[in-house]
Amino acid sequence: MFKEMHDLFRWAWLIPALPFLSFLLIAFVTKRSKGLSSTVSILAILTALGLAVAIGLGIIQSGAEIVEHPVIVSANWLNIGGLKINFGTIVDPLSAMMLFVVTLVASMVQIYSLGYMHGDKGWSRYYAYQSLFASSMLGMVIATNLLQLFIFWELVGLCSYLLIGFWYFKVSAREAAKKAFITTRVGDFGLLLGILFLYNKFGTLDFTALSAALSTSLQNVAVVGTAGYVTVMAFLIFMGPMGKSGQFPLHVWLPDAMEGPTPVSALIHAATMVVAGVYLVAKMYFLFQASPAALQFVAGIGAFTALFAATIAIAQDDIKRILAYSTLSQLGYMIFALGVGSYSGSMFHLMTHAFFKALMFLGAGSVIHAMHEKQNIWDMGGLWKKMPITGWTFFIGVLAISGIPPFAGFWSKDELLANALQNGHPIVYAVGLFTAFLTAFYMSRLFFVAFMGPEKPENHPHESPWTMTIPLIVLATFSTIGGLAALPSHNFAFFIHFGEFEPEGMNWGLAGISVIAGLLGMGLAYYIYIKKAISSESIVARFPVPYKILKNKYYIDELYLWIIHNIMDGLAKVLYFFDIYIIDGIINGIALLTRGSAKGLRRMSTGQLQTYAMVFFFAVVVIFMVFAFGEGQFSSLNPLAMLGGVK
Amino acid sequence: MSALPSGGSYLLPFILLAPLLAMFIIVFLPKEETKTIKIVAALGTFTSMVLSLYAFFAYNQAAGGMQFTLTIPWVPDLGVNLAFGVDGISLPMLLLTNLIGFSSIYASWNMEKRAKEFFALLLILITGVMGTFIARDLFIFFLFYEIVVIPIYIMVIIWGSTKRVSKEYAGMKLTIYLLIGSAFLLVGMVALYLAAAKQGHPTFMFDQLAARQNLYSAPFQKVAFGLMLFGFGSLISMFPFHSWSPDGYAGAPTAVSMIHAGVLKKIGGYGLIRLGIYVLPIGAKYWAPVIAVLAIANVLYAAFIALAQKDLKYVIGYSSVSHMGYVLIAIAALNPTAVGGAVAMMFAHGVMSALFFSMIGFIYEKTHTRNIPDLGGLAHQMPRLATGFIIAGMASLGLPSTINFISEFTIFMGTIKALPVQAILGIAGIIFTAVYTLRVIANVMFGPRRSEWDHLKDIKGAELVPLVVLGFVIFATGIFPNILFGLVNTGVTSSGLAKVLETVSQAKMGGLF
Repeated sequence: MFKEMHDLFRWAWLIPALPFLSFLLIAFVTKRSKGLSSTVSILAILTALGLAVAIGLGIIQSGAEIVEHPVIVSANWLNIGGLKINFGTIVDPLSAMMLFVVTLVASMVQIYSLGYMHGDKGWSRYYAYQSLFASSMLGMVIATNLLQLFIFWELVGLCSYLLIGFWYFKVSAREAAKKAFITTRVGDFGLLLGILFLYNKFGTLDFTALSAALSTSLQNVAVVGTAGYVTVMAFLIFMGPMGKSGQFPLHVWLPDAMEGPTPVSALIHAATMVVAGVYLVAKMYFLFQASPAALQFVAGIGAFTALFAATIAIAQDDIKRILAYSTLSQLGYMIFALGVGSYSGSMFHLMTHAFFKALMFLGAGSVIHAMHEKQNIWDMGGLWKKMPITGWTFFIGVLAISGIPPFAGFWSKDELLANALQNGHPIVYAVGLFTAFLTAFYMSRLFFVAFMGPEKPENHPHESPWTMTIPLIVLATFSTIGGLAALPSHNFAFFIHFGEFEPEGMNWGLAGISVIAGLLGMGLAYYIYIKKAISSESIVARFPVPYKILKNKYYIDELYLWIIHNIMDGLAKVLYFFDIYIIDGIINGIALLTRGSAKGLRRMSTGQLQTYAMVFFFAVVVIFMVFAFGEGQFSSLNPLAMLGGVK
Repeated sequence: MSALPSGGSYLLPFILLAPLLAMFIIVFLPKEETKTIKIVAALGTFTSMVLSLYAFFAYNQAAGGMQFTLTIPWVPDLGVNLAFGVDGISLPMLLLTNLIGFSSIYASWNMEKRAKEFFALLLILITGVMGTFIARDLFIFFLFYEIVVIPIYIMVIIWGSTKRVSKEYAGMKLTIYLLIGSAFLLVGMVALYLAAAKQGHPTFMFDQLAARQNLYSAPFQKVAFGLMLFGFGSLISMFPFHSWSPDGYAGAPTAVSMIHAGVLKKIGGYGLIRLGIYVLPIGAKYWAPVIAVLAIANVLYAAFIALAQKDLKYVIGYSSVSHMGYVLIAIAALNPTAVGGAVAMMFAHGVMSALFFSMIGFIYEKTHTRNIPDLGGLAHQMPRLATGFIIAGMASLGLPSTINFISEFTIFMGTIKALPVQAILGIAGIIFTAVYTLRVIANVMFGPRRSEWDHLKDIKGAELVPLVVLGFVIFATGIFPNILFGLVNTGVTSSGLAKVLETVSQAKMGGLF
């Protein structure tokens, strides 16, 4: 059984290869034909989805075997001065789960785009970027070593840049794309350093070999300072995820990334690329595990981001921005889950979040489509009746993210919160629980205001075409049942865990508390926005300063802009003036001096033979003396003196 | 060394002479026949390019060392030989010269002003640069280096453009730097020659000079390497001898900027490796800490200045100064990985900057401005040009899948061990490179459509050649890096360079280290 599966797993490279082929085809062949471009792209990703499903089923059938023995295929890619880098594929439950999630969401988004991007001038370009993104993301997921992962990591960043700036004529989109690239680059600087130091220390970048080398080195007491070194490397590596997964203080790019087309936000900035950071920490967990300080830091940053972003989401009015801050907050959950040792909880939440957040983004896109590009939730209202499919599926998303059973988010959020408490992180648990309450509140606020509130006569919303509603239904299905993977004996955690697997029963007490927090949040939103028992205006009027701070996202963007415009650009100007006035000034000064002395020297060219002869004579004397006294003792000036022409 | 040519391969002389032959044909063509002149020039460089591609793939990596060699004694009394040959270090440079040379002809396809002289000089320039890379004899190397200076000066003065500084100033600055650099080189070269002539037949051959290392005392090596560092350092725009580079590129016509930034500059790095490290290892070791510090100044200082520029060519000019810092720090690291990375980086940067300058050349030709605030939204009217520009930008900021990423990565790998602090500072440069590159792309290509540029026509036909050739090379070597690194590895290991580096890194130097 396992043998046959083994052969199947060796074909995993096809999954990223197919979308790449589709990218090349669109870019060089079909770009003039809109229909062909989208067909090629969708066919490629659907085939990849089929393969990913086959591999996933194979994994489930292989059972414990595959958990112990991942299937790795690799070939040499780069060879220089003792540095050997392979490219390859690894198939284990973790990568299979990611393959499935990415191909599923990517296919849904590409089908959805048929409706959403209808009539866009950049159609073929859009599908080319989509294919390139899918290919890079899938390549990253099955990477066997850190450099390969980093290469695809940067490529998904490129696709994100291209797709945020897809409508490049919009100044806001252009600036957002640039901001996303540069902010994540700051994180990548640390990640790159971490990779270099790891290689320097252990001589390999292969995940398996690295893990083995690290544990040997930790056991070897003679290697002094390993613990400190490991901590430094873990911090450096973590800078990458902080940028990519939008952790504070590098979170600023993600809300702006909403300038891209909404299906792009669903795919890249909610379900897949932004979780790359979480995935990387999971991949490098053996490193983090070895450093309690690093884990503590990861938990702290994650918990802070979860709470911080949720508070901002409360005060936002743009439907996509609310979802973006919600994404940041949920990424915080995944990160702190890793920090508190809830490895499978984090991965589980990554999966369920991909389903329900992609669903809600696509739902938001459907709404924006119907509202003719209006994004302010206060301009909407009563959409539930006009757009039943969008409304119902969106509601499922809200229930899932609020942690209401039996929807997907309940299971994953419960697992990681329970782990936080059990592993001795009560503060992180409390923050997570309170954030769960906030999450339920702001998501219900969005839903009640946009879908339930009074209809606005100026709007004429209508349900979206089937190309857009079918993906919604598919994702809603997964958001409903996806969490049930926690239930069987060979459950999610059986396949995806770190270290020894210990089956854990559901802690129904803790689960009950989480559900109550979610219900409280929804109830509060119901009272404020449906019952109007408490007027939202009066709350704002009562707390003007906190509201303003939240509304303006704690003024962090302003702070960064100030630093960029004053410090960085200021330094640039100062150095430029230094360059043209001091450095060039000296050069021009020397030139002037030369010209001046040339005027003087010209007088020496008297044209009198006697003068020349005299100079010549003295020169010969000097050279002769240098030789006479320099000979024997090997002087470095000797050969230089011979330049006079004496041999 | 026998007095007669000993068998040998005539491939390299053919590669060298093809553009020269084209030049002679052009000289005899009537000057109105600009179309024919361009075709002849293209054919000449095409022949060289194909032949050097052949050499690139026919080179026997297992055997290594100098191949396709040809030695003709020229001035036997002085030991000057017309000696050609390429190894894993010079062959990528030769190929680079030809790729850029060929592309530069097409980047100048719309040149009508005194086309005959322009293309004749351009071909001389290409030949001169090629000669420096295939020379196995220091004297010949120097000869070709001097040949390069003449066409550059004339071309900047006649076909250049005046912006912040006048083209006369730019041309003069460029030339004087090249000449001062070469004066120091000349002194160092003669000193080396005389020191080596103490034993055996006098010679200028690189490998002979290297083989007689025991004749050069430590103080001599320090002085001689210092002279070469000044000469080659000016050429590779090492801080603080870099200021010719942005002014020079801004003043020069597109083809000259391409060749100058793309390959000519690399003679500096090539010389420091071939002549500096290889022949004068103790001197190299002595100067390495200085080079490392100046290299960091290059990377960060120039990157910051690039941020403050308004003229497109100045941005890329300073960017090129910044990137050369990576080559210099790799040389300073003195280990095989880093030096291999330096060679790859010179290749990668050459292709990238040539593509960048050719795209900027088209922008300038069509819009008659290079002032960034006047441009914007060009992707609307010229999507193909925008694609080329973005590819060059992505290569410049070291995006994986371009050869530039792998070269930078290899350099970082090599330097992080030897010079950790400088390496970290240098790697920080990747952030600022991204900032200025993305700003330029955003401000020139993206943004709202500007009606004043609606009349512009996208690049097409012959104008696409630089984009296709250079873009292909960037990605082909970036996705399959072993194409380039196979050769570079051979160059570093089999030329004996690796051995030299090994001894250098172990050698303790009295007093100073």
